[in-house]
Amino acid sequence: MRLWFSPLLLLTLLIGLSTAMPVLEPLFQWLQPDKQSVVYERESFLFLLQNHLTLVLVSAAVGTMLAVAGGIFATRPAGRDFLPLVNQVASIGQTFPPVAVLALAVPALGFGEAPIIVALILYGLLPILRNTLAGLEGISPAVTEAARGMGMSPLQVLVRAELPLAGRVILAGIRTSVTINIATAAIGSTIGARTLGDPVIAGLVNGNTAYVLQGAILIGLLALTTDSLFEALERAWERRFTPQFAN
Amino acid sequence: MIELKNVTRRFGKAVAVDHINLRIETGEVCVLVGSSGCGKSTTLRMINRLLPHTEGEILVDGEDITGMNPEQLRLNMGYVIQGTGLFPHWTVARNIAMVPELLKWPKERIDARVEELMTLLDLDPATHAGKYPQQLSGGQAQRVGVARALAADPNILLMDEPFGALDAITRDNLQMELLRIQKQVRKTTVFVTHDIDEALKLATRIAVMDQGRIVQHDTPENILRNPASEFVENLVGKQDRGLKLMSLRPVRQLMTAVSDAGRPDPGVESVGEDDSVRLALSVMVWQSASSVPVVNGKGEQTGVISRDRILQDGA
Repeated sequence: MRLWFSPLLLLTLLIGLSTAMPVLEPLFQWLQPDKQSVVYERESFLFLLQNHLTLVLVSAAVGTMLAVAGGIFATRPAGRDFLPLVNQVASIGQTFPPVAVLALAVPALGFGEAPIIVALILYGLLPILRNTLAGLEGISPAVTEAARGMGMSPLQVLVRAELPLAGRVILAGIRTSVTINIATAAIGSTIGARTLGDPVIAGLVNGNTAYVLQGAILIGLLALTTDSLFEALERAWERRFTPQFAN
Repeated sequence: MIELKNVTRRFGKAVAVDHINLRIETGEVCVLVGSSGCGKSTTLRMINRLLPHTEGEILVDGEDITGMNPEQLRLNMGYVIQGTGLFPHWTVARNIAMVPELLKWPKERIDARVEELMTLLDLDPATHAGKYPQQLSGGQAQRVGVARALAADPNILLMDEPFGALDAITRDNLQMELLRIQKQVRKTTVFVTHDIDEALKLATRIAVMDQGRIVQHDTPENILRNPASEFVENLVGKQDRGLKLMSLRPVRQLMTAVSDAGRPDPGVESVGEDDSVRLALSVMVWQSASSVPVVNGKGEQTGVISRDRILQDGA
């Protein structure tokens, strides 16, 4: 139970702050005495948080499926020839700045949520793919050799040995990807997606530091919550599959 | 029975195994011996189809393996490798239960079998069943590897340098253990090693391989007495042959029986009937004695073996 203590605490703080931001008005008033409105009120923070999270979760789910499937494919005998190609494609996805992906995606997909989801998927692929490859390649060849030699089918070797053994490394890749994308998703506000980036953009346009701060604090807190959630997940995975190392 | 007929394996242009013919009878231990790169592991891995053969035919109990489902074929062949390949995320018991689980045995039958095998391999089920492979010593891990291979009682046992990474004492113990188990279970065994002493100790017949070919296939004694080529002669150690032959013969064969001799005096060194003649000679050399008493399993003297007899007929 102690495993889930810190993610729960951070989650409570995140939701609490999203609902009760107006309570902090005196603080922001003191920071920004020259503005009439110091708490962002165009949308509720809770709605923005929810939307932000949905964007990240949808793109992470699609990205994880693509990257894990790609990583598995590239480490099978039939796909081994594609290993360098798969690596390159993922690296290109990473070198594209998200803003450039948006600029290219908007003409094709229009304004709103769709282009940012595409950008997030592309951007999040590499860490997951790289870790999937590292996790699968890191398994002792003797283990898979013995498993096949004892009569396991390729699918059984994958499900019973490779994925449980590589799982923790793959989870770490998803963790990096999701954490990066929580920050990147905020850019979506520039093309009409409703995210926690809205108050930041509005604050920058109006010279209102309080707005910027409110958006930034919530984005940061969301990233922290997610990160500690994954930390707990990785620990739980380790306990399940490699109990002798669990601490 | 396993038969290889004209089997060839090429990797690109390189020929790893070159038109070999080999017949391994049911219940015998065939040891493939040779230096690294001679094709012995390749040969072994073709038998369970981890590698496809390029040419020729491999028959198991008369049936061509090319037509069989590879998984079905392997489920009936225990496989032991040097690195053990135990699943690090499974307990010892679950590792041993791997093949019975794949064959969907009922749980009670699996549990009983795991316990039986752990006892057979001299691993205490109570202390070791719940451990993970990383918590075992090298020798214990390989015992688990052998137990896993025997779990579903396959007809055939394939062993690829299983004791190669172990220290000399542990290796010796496991070799004796394997001989003991083999006496009970009589598996058709193909055993790959580069260690000629291991081959001489374990084999019913040895196949010496060099550059992808089998240069001699014969009993250990014949390999020592009549090496087919200079290569085999060097492999068995030309001048060391006398002692090696002696280590193949049990004391029983050269002793003079003595009836009702009771137990030898305590403090007098004795040898067992099944110990090697080489050991008996060693005891005599060490003690500067001209003979040594021979005892049976119960410690009762059954005979005596003399130095002169060994020097005359030992090899």
